[in-house]
Amino acid sequence: MLRYAASRLGMTLITLLLVAVTVFILIRIIPGDAAQLMLGESANQQQLEILRQRWGLDQPWPLQFLYWIGGVLTGDLGVSTRTGQAVLPLILDRFAVSSIIVLVAVALAALIAIPAGIVAAWKQNSATDLTVVSLATLLLSIPSFWLGLLLLVVFGLKLKWVPVLGYVGFSDDFFRAVSFVILPIVTLALIEAGVLIRMARASAIEVLRLEYVTHARAKGLSERQVLLRHVFPNAFAPTLTLIGLMLGNLLGGIAVLETVFTLPGLGRLLVESIYARDYPVVQGCLLLTAAVFVIVNLIVDLLYPIFDPRVSAV
Amino acid sequence: MSMTEKPLLDIKALRIRVGAVDILKGVDLTLRPGRLAALVGESGSGKTMLARAILKLLPPGVRISGGDITLAGEAIVPASDRKMRTLRGPVAGMVFQEPMVSLNPAMTIGAQLAEALRRHTDLSRDEIRTRAIEMLRRVRIADPESCLTSYPHQFSGGMRQRIMLASVMLLRPKLLIADEPTTALDTLSQREVLDIMVQLARDAGTAVLLITHNLGLVARYTSEMTVLRNGVLIESGPTADLIAGAKDPYTRELVAAARRAESLAEPCDAEAGRLISADNVAVRYRGRSDTAVSGVSLAISRGETVALVGGSGSGKTSLGRALIGLAPLERGSVSFLGERLSAETNQIGRTMRLACQMVFQDPYSSLDPHRRIGTIIAEPLRHAQDLSNDQKRQRVEEVMRDVGLTGLDRRYPHELSGGQRQRVAIARAIVRHPAFVVADEPVSALDMTIQAQVLALIASLQKRYGFACLFISHDLSAVRQIAHRIIVMDSGKVVEEGPTRRILDAPEHAYTRSLIEAAPGIDVPARPVASRQLERTVP
Repeated sequence: MLRYAASRLGMTLITLLLVAVTVFILIRIIPGDAAQLMLGESANQQQLEILRQRWGLDQPWPLQFLYWIGGVLTGDLGVSTRTGQAVLPLILDRFAVSSIIVLVAVALAALIAIPAGIVAAWKQNSATDLTVVSLATLLLSIPSFWLGLLLLVVFGLKLKWVPVLGYVGFSDDFFRAVSFVILPIVTLALIEAGVLIRMARASAIEVLRLEYVTHARAKGLSERQVLLRHVFPNAFAPTLTLIGLMLGNLLGGIAVLETVFTLPGLGRLLVESIYARDYPVVQGCLLLTAAVFVIVNLIVDLLYPIFDPRVSAV
Repeated sequence: MSMTEKPLLDIKALRIRVGAVDILKGVDLTLRPGRLAALVGESGSGKTMLARAILKLLPPGVRISGGDITLAGEAIVPASDRKMRTLRGPVAGMVFQEPMVSLNPAMTIGAQLAEALRRHTDLSRDEIRTRAIEMLRRVRIADPESCLTSYPHQFSGGMRQRIMLASVMLLRPKLLIADEPTTALDTLSQREVLDIMVQLARDAGTAVLLITHNLGLVARYTSEMTVLRNGVLIESGPTADLIAGAKDPYTRELVAAARRAESLAEPCDAEAGRLISADNVAVRYRGRSDTAVSGVSLAISRGETVALVGGSGSGKTSLGRALIGLAPLERGSVSFLGERLSAETNQIGRTMRLACQMVFQDPYSSLDPHRRIGTIIAEPLRHAQDLSNDQKRQRVEEVMRDVGLTGLDRRYPHELSGGQRQRVAIARAIVRHPAFVVADEPVSALDMTIQAQVLALIASLQKRYGFACLFISHDLSAVRQIAHRIIVMDSGKVVEEGPTRRILDAPEHAYTRSLIEAAPGIDVPARPVASRQLERTVP
């Protein structure tokens, strides 16, 4: 188990190196000049040169890459060319905002979706099932920004239960912070619940057909015990994989929702930095995203045998 | 026990319906306490639905539409779910067919055994544990303590079926319903599981309803039998009487299919010359420390049928696959018509690729569900450059006629029965007129009467096309019919080899004798298993 985790972590490092190279090259292939964007149309050649020199952009790419990767290895991701802030604390700060929303939303989605999916499967083809499936399909097909705006209009503008604009850190004022993140969390949870319901229902239908479920009933167990002890663990295993992929994806930032709710998250930071050709920040964001993705999926793989002992993590 | 005592199970005019179709059309069945009865029928006869109706565990959409079931004095048809839950377990338990899916893979054996006891008794944790260990010992699980903390996937099919039996018999039910409990097992495990089942039932005074399509098992273990066909009761009575002389022609047909002792194989031409030979072949799969096949040499002549016999895990399938390059050789080599497949390269040559074919055990997963039958059968002809498209079409039509599937080329696999699908698999194997066919348990997933038809088909095709065949099987009666020669394997090695009659009638090796002994012959009278088995269990 430990050896498996260690070798997977080793592979993670190689993945991250490849990500670093790719990100580094891609952002430089996009046309545009950070210095020009910063100084505007009126800047003369000399001013541009000075700025480029200061950011090291006058060096050849391989050299730039070595400087950057050397910094990364010592925990220094460079300085934002746009704001002059150090990249590492900046992205960690933004990541904290995004990750709270994503983790709570996905947990909430799983808590709603898995029981709903299992019950729908149990009552397959009944009115309950039809309702759950229709609802899931509806949630799946709504664009997240539209649902977000709708909730903002209803709860923010009409009912005035939550503020519409802005953000406060959790360490500053916990309850006000909650009032800012509650709508994005609900929006994301609803959208993701749609996928999870369908997945949990499909897995549970598979499991309900198997003989061990009939065997459990033939022992005289109640339906509740059958669902909890025999259907849930077996239907949850495939759903867990999906949750892993989902978390990995979303933790990279939920740029659209962050924009709708004006939250200082990682996704919005990334988009803004790409516009400004803020190379160090873009590189830092993507590297962090990739690392999180790989680590989340490693954790899922390590957890998997708990729900499906046939897959032992050797 | 008097003959007038009340029956434990009394089913009267039971009808079961799916949608608007009756799948059980008024069936009667009675079973007295402590008796062993068989419910016999082929796929689609409704025997499983009848069994499930006794516990009201019918799948969604299937319902009881008429008749009565009385189980231990309780009327089942009107009983509430709550009432049923008190009957399931202590009054009647059920053992299922598929050992691979009948235990929950995510739960330890201990937890699964404890579940029913916790639900139906007031025993303490320790008492439950003691009883579970005692019961596992009785079903001959070697290390019961460590078994409790293990998961089902750590056990073989036969062991799982015994654990399943333990889980049901822990409650000492009055009735045990065993739905094809050993169909998925090889002959040796089959024998062991059923012997244990009968022993446990006898000790606990449990009546057994054994549902099966295997008349050999019925003859060996039961005293009464009921024959079902397409949801209709054909005949019922004492097992010995029905086997000796059934009134109904269908029962007689079943008995004849189970008896099938005469050989169908044409005498093989001894001068035909060698087709394929294996020299000291060993197979080991990646990541496994043990070898599946360790050093086997054999030779098969043109047109000869050689049966490869052994229990699960004996290496017979691996050897069969290795011969045609489907499993990697670790050591040794295979020669086929001048071509050589060796462990060094593991590359199979073109002749071998084109002239060797395979028929698999499970006709449900060996055909691509997205393709039509005609396309599936035609596929091996893709590489036949010497044939024009017209000739290819003609060839496909010809083999479809040979296997009795004329006119079904536009169908999809799911539209065919198991027997028909296996005919498709056979047609696909012979369409190129191969020199060598490996048939891996080609009939063991089929009903008895269908088995007889498919075996006759293989024999007649062989006569017509003259291919040699490696027939891998654990079913000795099939082997007796079709093989010229038998090779017996155990633990990856050949233990005995010789002409079919010699091996079956005068086996020399102890393992061969145990295989033959375990084979369920229909003419073996039901005999008490108790005394013999006790000798083995008492330390």
